[in-house]
Amino acid sequence: MSGGGPAAQRPKVPLLHDPRFRGLLVQAGTALALVSLVWVAVDNAATNMRARGIPTNFDFWDRVSGFDVNQTLISYSAVSTYGQAFWVGLLNTLLVAVIGVVFATLIGFTLGVMRLSTNWAARSFAGLYVQTLRNVPLLLQLLFWYNAILNPLPAPRASLAMPSVALSWPGAGSLALTLGAGAFAVFVARFARAQSPGSAAAMLAPVGAALGWIVAIVALVFGVSAFMGAPGGGLLRWGGPAGVYLNNRGLLLPNPSFGPGAGWVLVGLAGAVAASVAFAFWARRRQARTGAQSPVALVSLALLILLPLIAFVAAGSPLTMDYPVLRGFNFQGGLRVNPEFVALLLGLSLYTAAFIAEEVRAGVQSVAKGQSEAAHALGLRAAPTLRLVVLPQALRVILPPLTNQYLNLTKNSSLAVFIGYPDLVQVFMGTVLNQTGAAVQVIALTMAVYLTISLATAGLMALYGRHTAWAER
Amino acid sequence: MKHLLIAGGFAAFLATGAAAGTLDSVKQKGFLACGSNTGLAGFGLPDDKGVWAGLDVDFCRGVAAAIFDDPTKVKFIPLTAKDRFTALQSGEVDVLARNGTWTQSREAELGLNFGAINYFDGQGFMTRKKNNISSALELNGASVCVQQGTTTELNLADFFRTNNMKYEGIAFATADEALKAYDTGRCDAFTTDVSQLYSERLKLVNPEDTIVLPEVISKEPLAPAVRQGDSQWFNVIRWTHFAMLNAEELGVTKANVDEMTKSQAPDVRRLLGVEGDFGKGLGLSKDWAYRIVKHVGNYGEVFDRTVGENSKLQIKRGLNNLWSKGGLQYAPPVR
Repeated sequence: MSGGGPAAQRPKVPLLHDPRFRGLLVQAGTALALVSLVWVAVDNAATNMRARGIPTNFDFWDRVSGFDVNQTLISYSAVSTYGQAFWVGLLNTLLVAVIGVVFATLIGFTLGVMRLSTNWAARSFAGLYVQTLRNVPLLLQLLFWYNAILNPLPAPRASLAMPSVALSWPGAGSLALTLGAGAFAVFVARFARAQSPGSAAAMLAPVGAALGWIVAIVALVFGVSAFMGAPGGGLLRWGGPAGVYLNNRGLLLPNPSFGPGAGWVLVGLAGAVAASVAFAFWARRRQARTGAQSPVALVSLALLILLPLIAFVAAGSPLTMDYPVLRGFNFQGGLRVNPEFVALLLGLSLYTAAFIAEEVRAGVQSVAKGQSEAAHALGLRAAPTLRLVVLPQALRVILPPLTNQYLNLTKNSSLAVFIGYPDLVQVFMGTVLNQTGAAVQVIALTMAVYLTISLATAGLMALYGRHTAWAER
Repeated sequence: MKHLLIAGGFAAFLATGAAAGTLDSVKQKGFLACGSNTGLAGFGLPDDKGVWAGLDVDFCRGVAAAIFDDPTKVKFIPLTAKDRFTALQSGEVDVLARNGTWTQSREAELGLNFGAINYFDGQGFMTRKKNNISSALELNGASVCVQQGTTTELNLADFFRTNNMKYEGIAFATADEALKAYDTGRCDAFTTDVSQLYSERLKLVNPEDTIVLPEVISKEPLAPAVRQGDSQWFNVIRWTHFAMLNAEELGVTKANVDEMTKSQAPDVRRLLGVEGDFGKGLGLSKDWAYRIVKHVGNYGEVFDRTVGENSKLQIKRGLNNLWSKGGLQYAPPVR
């Protein structure tokens, strides 16, 4: 139309020879064929299923399932419904996928950076890891980890029990004194170095430091002699079993249940988060103004641990523990981490980490060398250079394939059935399908669930990706 | 429009699994597609030369012998417990002879028909000797390994619920993985049908350290299954088993079957097709039962060489003996 000639002057062609009309015709034909294909397939399946008395609806959803599952995040038993079994399986899938993604990312990023390290040992180890793990089929790795975990562990009766350790008061006192006085000495010595020579402070400080060291050493000697000597008065006291056991049925832990007043711990935690955010904000402003840096990570960590702890003690320690007890074949009570879960988590995270490592390496290598040289020239050391200059740019390259790895990990978790972990495929597409015979519905729903999880993951990653995209100025 | 028809036809091909006329389609393709176990000694297991052997396997050979006069015209398709019914429903196999339990819901809801019961079984437990128990009622609190997608899983839950006991069930995709987990000590007990317990026990590292507990906690009538809605095919399947039973009852064996055609006993003459044409109604030839016995043998012979006295499993006939010898195996007469 760039010629600008009126449409009426276009040469008359038969309708069938008009390319636009033919295009539309072919498109309409294809669409019609596709719709009919789907319709015929669905109708045919439904007719045949009805003819053979196979259920075509979701009536089974509210019926009693009649089977048990050995790891449930929600309450479930053999008298629960198939619908509840679905949620049990789905939550188990999400549990292993979410934790697996976190582990795989941490391990993968570490390995990816290691592969580019100047240190020969680190570089070779990461290379060997990547080449080995990504070239062995995942199912083999899962079976390997499952047997590697199960085989060396003892039976419940011969469980490995972790002893509890209690600090005695004299022991705790001397330990605290040793640490406190030592820290004081170090602080004073540093302070002394910062003073101008010849001032009173500079003269006195070494004396203070020496005093601190003396107190620390005396306290340490007292503590050690107390530990060696009097029973019960030692630095450490063995306090019997701590309720932590390890055997081939899993890792057993005391199950904490919170009493009234536990809300204060949450309040403490919220306060700590708010305080950390405020401190980070203040530190940022201060750095912008004066250039001085503050230990944000350290202060936040201290706040996050200390404030909830203080709230907990102030509320009168509102915590009771349900300890696992060996009764008959197995431990009853407590909290248990199943070997199937650990094997699946290990297998998935270690396998996926190998791929993530390669993507991180590629991403980091895609950032021009001049960037880190410029950062070094500005006086940034290696770690901040990586964190502040290289990784943010590398992330743009890393993110799309990283999303793929997250999706792969989630989908690969369906191999769980081979090592007896009750995920969605094992519980719902396995047992429920088999008991109800509703193959089409169950498989369609399972596919829809994986699709939803995948699309949600991809969507979130795309959102984050927009955050890291080039900001054109 | 032509393309549309082809497309529609293709979809129909995808979605239907031969609704009727299974016998005709089997005759047409020239072999029987038999869904079998992935490997269960005594019932269906390929030997070191890749030749399948077992009670269920021989049943399929019997069907092939009746149709083709050739027991080798069977293609065995190994199926896990999880996939077996879907494979039958979708028409991937013509018959499922895979130690499957006949239950009401499987017949009413899965759209299947179970033919004659070719093995009367029941579920049991095995456990390590050093656990020092002599009854399944002492399994309170135990971890139990089980194969997923079986009636076993449900019976297990029922048994512990009925007896008000606690347990931890760990379900695996295949019996092999479940057994391996039991062997490494992950479970205190392993549960499946008693006939299988004996054969699975032989796969353990130290079979003599494990005992089979006496309780049989369920009824497991194992029967070959077909799709509903094809009564002719259903009859062929049922009567293959009945022919083998009748042969045993009448003393017709693989060795003497040719001689027996000269027999004067009317029962024998009708069975072997010397008198009358009883194969016609089934869509088979006159000598259909003769072919089965000639190529495969009677039920007693098959039982004996696959799971009974002359096999590694050494299972007694018990419930699987003829009705005339105190068992439950009973066949309607050929007349």
